[in-house]
Amino acid sequence: MPSVASKQYSDDVSLLVLLLDTNPLFWSNTSITFSQFLSHVLAFLNAVLGLNQLNQVVVIATGYSSCDYIYDSSLTSNHGNFESRGTGMPPLFASLLKKLEDFVTKDEELSREEGHEDRTPSCLLSGSLSMALCYIQRVFRSGHIHPQPRILCLQGSPDGPEQYVAVMNSIFSAQRLMVPIDSCYIGVQNSAFLQQASYITGGVHHTPKQLDGLFQYLTTIFATDLHSRGFVQLPKPIGVDFRASCFCHKKTIDMGYICSVCLSIFCEHHKKCSTCGSVFGQSKLDEASSVSDKKRKAPHT
Amino acid sequence: MSNQRKRLTGEREDEDDEDAEGIGEWERAYVDDRSWEELQEDESGLLRPIDNSAIYHAQYRRRLRMLSAAAAGTRIQKGLIRYLYIVIDFSRAAAEMDFRPSRIAVMAKHVEAFIREFFDQNPLSQIGLVSIKNGVAHTLTDLGGSPETHIKALMGKLEALGDSSLQNALELVNEHLSQVPSYGHREVLILYSALCTCDPGDIMETIQKCKKSKLRCSVIGLSAEMFICKHLCQETGGLYSVAVDEVHLKDLLLEHAPPPPAIAEFAIANLIKMGFPQRAAEGSMAICSCHKEVKIGAGYMCPRCKARVCDLPTECTICGLTLVSSPHLARSYHHLFPIAPFDEVPAFSSLNDSRRTLGKSCFGCQQSLIGTGNKPGQCVTCRKCKHYFCLDCDIYIHESLHNCPGCESIHRPKSVSLMEE
Repeated sequence: MPSVASKQYSDDVSLLVLLLDTNPLFWSNTSITFSQFLSHVLAFLNAVLGLNQLNQVVVIATGYSSCDYIYDSSLTSNHGNFESRGTGMPPLFASLLKKLEDFVTKDEELSREEGHEDRTPSCLLSGSLSMALCYIQRVFRSGHIHPQPRILCLQGSPDGPEQYVAVMNSIFSAQRLMVPIDSCYIGVQNSAFLQQASYITGGVHHTPKQLDGLFQYLTTIFATDLHSRGFVQLPKPIGVDFRASCFCHKKTIDMGYICSVCLSIFCEHHKKCSTCGSVFGQSKLDEASSVSDKKRKAPHT
Repeated sequence: MSNQRKRLTGEREDEDDEDAEGIGEWERAYVDDRSWEELQEDESGLLRPIDNSAIYHAQYRRRLRMLSAAAAGTRIQKGLIRYLYIVIDFSRAAAEMDFRPSRIAVMAKHVEAFIREFFDQNPLSQIGLVSIKNGVAHTLTDLGGSPETHIKALMGKLEALGDSSLQNALELVNEHLSQVPSYGHREVLILYSALCTCDPGDIMETIQKCKKSKLRCSVIGLSAEMFICKHLCQETGGLYSVAVDEVHLKDLLLEHAPPPPAIAEFAIANLIKMGFPQRAAEGSMAICSCHKEVKIGAGYMCPRCKARVCDLPTECTICGLTLVSSPHLARSYHHLFPIAPFDEVPAFSSLNDSRRTLGKSCFGCQQSLIGTGNKPGQCVTCRKCKHYFCLDCDIYIHESLHNCPGCESIHRPKSVSLMEE
């Protein structure tokens, strides 16, 4: 893996990768409509681009059945040919809105192809995080002079437990690349994934209480570039719960047993691991069984 | 000092002795690296441009193919809880200057990087350091899980003296590792610079003893290949390699960071009792059990004995319970659920329909995959989701990210469990 290039740009040039949640299952029952939400977000993106003329913004939509790039401010094709839609939206984002509309239609088609049973309400966070990290890695490769990247996750859907391993992989990769993952959670329950992501990578996590003022939360907390964060008081992480949950009952535990082969977590002593099938305490070689008894009695180093 | 240098590098010209002050960096490329030897000619005698990225990617693909040759489709059990001793040879051969500035400095620097990478990939494992000086093996640090202690001890005494003894080192390590719990995998990594070993007894007996106690020994040689090292590695199932220069040494060392395939009989599967401490409340004051100082606020409380510890993962000093947090366990999950390597797309395949729709740009980073002159450039494709990726994303995804963005962007219904991937 190529090492992180030294940041020789001026301090406050940033690349913001925004992961926008477009999950229709979430947006169908919220206090704020998607179009109102979008107007807050577009004003925020304009503000970020206005802070420094070298700032870049990339938007990736996180849908229910797919993820895709919606907008990249560094592409010159965005600046020409904006059809004014007469809706009062800034012409700079005409292509963003068009691509977003296409994406949502396609996402809906894809989700219609699956069955209507067992609809988990989560969005594909792991997919868009992986794409964002690939894009950031490409920016790092482009040379010594590049903006400082960070990821902002705007999400309302709850966590999907089937994505746990993939999300954790992305978080650790972001930690190695020193890319902070900020998260703004606008949903109802708490998102443990986003809290852990922001804590581990050194980003900011916030749950706005009043969605009418979303633009204010976004500009005062999430628009700050990485260099200025040393001088600004941002919400601190409080009580991120890192306890694990056992595989058998899914309840969070303080103390548990870990299988030494597959690292599955159990709350009580079992004879056999249900994940990898290894039998505990039994050696494969017969002569070694008496030796292993002695070894188990020896104290831990 | 300069006389010694002249003796070692007799053929070199006098300018070399000025080293950092006399020779500029640009001159070093001609004197040391001989960059003209990398040029290649094609059939008509014209110079071919050097395409570094393609060479790098080809090396990476070769490495990936070797690693996954046996594992195609199957999952190999890996030893995730490792107890590794690093044995560094500080005999007089380590003072040689063929690695700049000297073998010791290069070894110390790369071992430091290796220790950090090791704890990053194996958070539940422990490392110990042993040095060989004057024919005697000394324990620099005991088995522990904190990288800072090891690095500090290593950098403390960097001097080369006397002979090297492989047998003494193996005996010492064997003794230490016999006290380790039975579910852990015991390993030794020896960095050997000398060309001989002066042993007090029969080293073949020691090798048999290591084999019986299921100790996996690997050796990285810095000078030349030796029979005894090769024999040791073959008997115990380890890896033997010899470094040709500094970059190669770093690569060889880092190859030992990910967990090796486990030999099933070597470690007994067991349930290990572990605690998941919660963060202590903000503003609470307690005496921490690791530094014996009063600390305010940040820290963790052992769930069994309520002692305060500063960092995770660690073993509670009061009750001995291993304390970890769930991200530490999650760091090892990508070893358990590896992603399949991507398939190469033949370079000059025609732009068929699927390639035309999906293959215009890399799915991960949106880089254009069309090469010069509208011909399809080099790319790879995932077997499962059929998306196209550029070569750099391929390397990044397999070495650091461990998630395929295409496969993660497909909705999977709830009924598919994690284990069926």
